[in-house]
Amino acid sequence: MKRALRFILAPLCAALSILSACAQDDAAIREKLCRAIQSEGTEQQQLLMEISETGSKLVHDVLIAWTRDGVFIYDSGNGSKLPILLEDQTDTDGKARAIRIDTGKFLTDDRNQEAHLAAADLTSAETDATLRSFIKQAMDTLALSDPDPGARSTAVLKLGNSQKSDNIAVLQARQTKETDAGVKKNINESIAMLQLGDSDPKVQIAAVQQLATLKTIGSLDMVNALADKKGADPEVVKAAKLAATRIGEHITAVNFFGTIFRGMSLGSILLIVTLGLAITFGLMGIINMAHGEMIAIGAYTSYVVQNIFGTGFSFSVNLPFSFFGHQLGFGLSIPGINATGWFYESYFLFVLPLSFIMAALAGLVLERTVIRFLYRRPLESLLATWGVSLVMQQLFRMVFGANNVQVSSPRWLLGHFDINDVSLGYNRVFVIGFAIVIVIGTWMLLTKTPLGLLIRAVMQNRDMASCMGVRTARVNMMTFAFGSGLAGLAGAFLSQIGNVGPSLGQSYIVDSFMTVVVGGVGSIVGTVYASVGIGTSDQVLQQVTGSPVTGKIVVLICIILFLQWKPGGLFSVRSRSLD
Amino acid sequence: MQLKAKNREIWVVLAVALFVIVIFPCLNAFTAEGSWLHVSNFTITVYGKYLCYAILAISVDLLWGYTGLLSLGQALFFTLGGYMMGMYLMRMIGDLGQYHQPIPDFLVFLGWSKLPAFWQPFSSFPFALVMAMLLPGALAGIFGYLAFRSRIRGVYFSILTQALTYAACLLFFRNSLLLGGNNGFTDFKFILGHDIREPATQRGLFIVTGIALLLVYLLCKWLTKTQLGKVQRAIRDSENRVMFSGYSTANFKLFIFVFAALIASLAGVLYVPQVGIINPGEMAPDKSLEAVVWVSVGGRGTLIGPIIGAFAVNAMKSWATRAYPDLWLIFLGGMFIFVTVFMPKGIVGLPEQLRNNWKRFSERRRQDKDLPPPGGVTELFNREFTVTPGLTAAAPLSPGSVTEIFDREFKSGNHAGAESKESPDTMKSKPTQPES
Repeated sequence: MKRALRFILAPLCAALSILSACAQDDAAIREKLCRAIQSEGTEQQQLLMEISETGSKLVHDVLIAWTRDGVFIYDSGNGSKLPILLEDQTDTDGKARAIRIDTGKFLTDDRNQEAHLAAADLTSAETDATLRSFIKQAMDTLALSDPDPGARSTAVLKLGNSQKSDNIAVLQARQTKETDAGVKKNINESIAMLQLGDSDPKVQIAAVQQLATLKTIGSLDMVNALADKKGADPEVVKAAKLAATRIGEHITAVNFFGTIFRGMSLGSILLIVTLGLAITFGLMGIINMAHGEMIAIGAYTSYVVQNIFGTGFSFSVNLPFSFFGHQLGFGLSIPGINATGWFYESYFLFVLPLSFIMAALAGLVLERTVIRFLYRRPLESLLATWGVSLVMQQLFRMVFGANNVQVSSPRWLLGHFDINDVSLGYNRVFVIGFAIVIVIGTWMLLTKTPLGLLIRAVMQNRDMASCMGVRTARVNMMTFAFGSGLAGLAGAFLSQIGNVGPSLGQSYIVDSFMTVVVGGVGSIVGTVYASVGIGTSDQVLQQVTGSPVTGKIVVLICIILFLQWKPGGLFSVRSRSLD
Repeated sequence: MQLKAKNREIWVVLAVALFVIVIFPCLNAFTAEGSWLHVSNFTITVYGKYLCYAILAISVDLLWGYTGLLSLGQALFFTLGGYMMGMYLMRMIGDLGQYHQPIPDFLVFLGWSKLPAFWQPFSSFPFALVMAMLLPGALAGIFGYLAFRSRIRGVYFSILTQALTYAACLLFFRNSLLLGGNNGFTDFKFILGHDIREPATQRGLFIVTGIALLLVYLLCKWLTKTQLGKVQRAIRDSENRVMFSGYSTANFKLFIFVFAALIASLAGVLYVPQVGIINPGEMAPDKSLEAVVWVSVGGRGTLIGPIIGAFAVNAMKSWATRAYPDLWLIFLGGMFIFVTVFMPKGIVGLPEQLRNNWKRFSERRRQDKDLPPPGGVTELFNREFTVTPGLTAAAPLSPGSVTEIFDREFKSGNHAGAESKESPDTMKSKPTQPES
């Protein structure tokens, strides 16, 4: 019992001691600030440097006020002088409450009342040109001491691009104290970038070589400028040219890997879309041209759910018919739950299952009303489902409007992280990860579950399965709904990456049919390879040919030629039956 | 009885053609405006457009209805033909364009001062016509050769033709192709020296289109009656059996595919001067599918069906897009679903379908007590084990069906061409008619 208590108490005490340490620090900083404001000459500079290394927000605010003549010296009358700040909010006389810098509390008069002072009545702390430049330097150092490494990096790069050689000293001072590896690299880069402007060719060459080793993309313009500079030392120019090539190569590599990554994320979306199609088309033999609209259903589900989490969703459509004087139409209004914070951000977690369910339900209805009549007429299923796709597109237009709607990503899907200058967006990483999960899930469902066994049996020979007592109609229904649901999921992801519009699905339908054909109809593995391959090559070719359209055309032509070589696709299902 | 019916169709067509080609333009030219007999210039243009669509529909039907190849790329050949004609018409504008330059406006806009080399010969009308036949023909030839050689058929053929059209559509949207990019060609002024906006010119084009439709109809009518036409239908019903009989189905299909492409291109050539614009939107995947809708609504596997379908659907479109602009697509889609699911033979086959349905209905009512419940094992048994006609020569023949060819082949002993390693026994028996 005692021991347990100690376990709880120990961290508590630690937390408390940190708090008190902070308080102590704070008091010390305030004390130094006051002294800095009131002292002069080298002592003042010394103090400024000391406080600037704390990275404190307070120091930042005071220093900014100081350069704007916003720090005042208040003579309390008994000989002691207090540095104060005035609040922004003034009363009718132009007076404001004063904040003591030494304590952070409001200045009080003799009767313990808060004193109201006017700026005009006070003497502001003096600043001259030398002091201003010191304050500026102190603020740069301050930014470099920010507790957040990201903010530190930004400050470092800002200094690096300033082209002022005075900043080298500031950066070098920080270099010794920096612990974060990423920031350290940025500091080295920035110092080298500043040294490019040095008058000594040796320093310049060293800087250029440093930049070449670090492969700093941001410095390419400067290095190029140095290489083209007239009258520069030939050695420097030579080194700069070499460095420019090195950095150029690095940029190409970064672009290449970035393209591959984008291609893989595109391929993953294509994969989820195509997986649904591989089931409805590959296994069931139904050409579902409305598959694209299932994607749109998923994307619009995402839009609706987001609105429900926000201010609500409503629509009304008027039909151009009237019935006994009543205008016919339909509409729906769902009140919003006005969620905020993390709860609002979590809306996407609800979108995932809902988009699947909505699209699966649509697929279910489609199968029951249209497709079940067409199992023996695959070509005609293409035509009928195209009709369905037209109807659905028009319905989307009537309900959601002809324009694209905006779906904003939750905050945890925004942002990116960098690996060696290649930026990987969280949303794209998420999509890739999820695609892997879905593929494994689908594979498990088809091969490891009783339902999967039934699905495969019905798809192989519908009549024979029926003879064995399998309820083929029900299996067809479920399979089709599952395939459609996958399309809905893909739509939910698409809503995070691009815009959502009524013809969203149309841009995917040709691609995804081609992907299924290339992968080999009826083969899930083939579909996986084909969609990743086509997605990636699409992106790479876009980069290589310099235009998205040419890339697409090349891919399509390659696919047509590929089918010459392997008419059955990558993994054709071998069968002895003739079609 | 059947012969008479077929003759009757020809006579009806000729009568309608006479009306369209002779009387309709006369009503436009020689009656006073406002008279109830008068046909407005607008109507002439609109119906001229429908006639072009009818030609396009025949080309779709020749492939789909007669050969079983659902091509979703006919709009591509249509548009290619249209572009060739468009290039000629663009050259005929001369320096009357916005920029008053001797080259088309969009080229000026793109910074060209001289005509690109491939535009030069298009000032000649015959050259444009020859190109309108050569280019789609060559494209269809190459694509068809590649596709049929690797035995791409059925659904895969449809998807591939759609992809081809899609690729071409993307290509034509590019400005760097120097074919007008997004906007295509428009603002035509002259054709063969006549002002293209004159009612008389439009009337002339209407008559030419009418004659072209009649000729295409008669040509296809004749073609489908020849041996070739019979092989064509045999391929539709069972390609493998035709192949095992020693026919090179790929060559037959290639011929039909190229022929249909030429017909589609002809439709495009006639379409552009009447409508006055051609742009890549004409070859978007929807357009090909729309042409398939016309055929499907009219009735595939007949030559009169596509014509009826093209007129019916487009007339309905003209009306609905004005009366219910928001709901038109729902109409079109709904019609398509309905026709595909419930009217596989289209308008032309509707009377026969109703008659059959009635016959089946009354028969079933009569025999209801004797028969076990429909479907289930019995149905399966019947389907799987009843010997399909065509494998035995004893089955009753219907003229022009697969069995006829088999008959001929087996009697003459010319069946050495079967190249499959599998015995015919493993062939999955399947109803010869695709519908259930």
